Amino acid sequence: MKALKFILAGVLFGIIMTKSEAISWFRIQEMFRFQSFHMYGIIGTAVTLGIIAVFLIKKLKLKSSEGQQITFQHKEKTFYRYIIGGTIFGLGWALTGACPGPMFVNVGYGYLAMLIVIIGALAGTYIYGIIKDKLPH
Amino acid sequence: MLELIKQPWPWYFSGFMILIIMLLLVFWGKSFGFSSNLRTLCTIAGAGKKVKFFNFDWKAQRWNLLFLVGAVIGGFISSHYLSDPEDLKLSAATISDLQKIGISFKGGINPDELFSVASLKEPKVILILLFGGILVGFGSRYAGGCTSGHAISGLSNLQLPSLIAVIGFFIGGLVMTFLIMPYLF
Repeated sequence: MKALKFILAGVLFGIIMTKSEAISWFRIQEMFRFQSFHMYGIIGTAVTLGIIAVFLIKKLKLKSSEGQQITFQHKEKTFYRYIIGGTIFGLGWALTGACPGPMFVNVGYGYLAMLIVIIGALAGTYIYGIIKDKLPH
Repeated sequence: MLELIKQPWPWYFSGFMILIIMLLLVFWGKSFGFSSNLRTLCTIAGAGKKVKFFNFDWKAQRWNLLFLVGAVIGGFISSHYLSDPEDLKLSAATISDLQKIGISFKGGINPDELFSVASLKEPKVILILLFGGILVGFGSRYAGGCTSGHAISGLSNLQLPSLIAVIGFFIGGLVMTFLIMPYLF
């Protein structure tokens, strides 16, 4: 039962990503070319409502389903890892049209070529693990 | 009802539904961040024996892998039972810009030049997909998150590091789109 709810949330996520067209390479290109409001509208809506939701969860000290007070992780306050890592991520995002979630949704959708992107992403993650201590964070 | 779901969803409803996913996970005591799964998969494949970064108790991330499995199933359900026969409503400007760099739009969600099985006969295409994937995997772990972890979860929690990461996403995306892609295809 506990396993099932996470699978179902994933199914819903896959459907949302597909029906919003956020898994589309073309939509990501349109976004980076500033030729449509679509992707900005999606992310903007999620973040605007998200800020309100997170504020209310903290303010009302809401508890999780396991009875603990909900807390939000603070990201460590550095600069280089975010700007350099983010830029590298963005290069790949524009080229493949897929961030990690949509890669897997695309495979389910039937774009098996996306498996090659996933193999690359696993390799990239592995490379980071090897050289992480040599990088500025 | 099913007919309504089958149509492409407007941006405001899509954005609202993404928030619902984030809140579901938060209320279950988890946090929305997809790229962590890539690290977990490396660990399961045995990377922890050689590299310290992958030596962690991945079972705490089991829920996220289940979420990943669900995402694949969700993609399958969407294409088999919820698909919309209409073409993607891509902007005319994007269609014509992409044509100039050799990518044609035929109405689908992804270009045949990169993602059709036939195009995989070209070693160049395989290299592009593989290299692009490496950038996404390396970059998301280096930045400590991807679109879900930084752009959605992080910005909702007003994290300055996430804003810096998202600015990075755009620097990289713009450089790729305008300075590199015109010479790739």
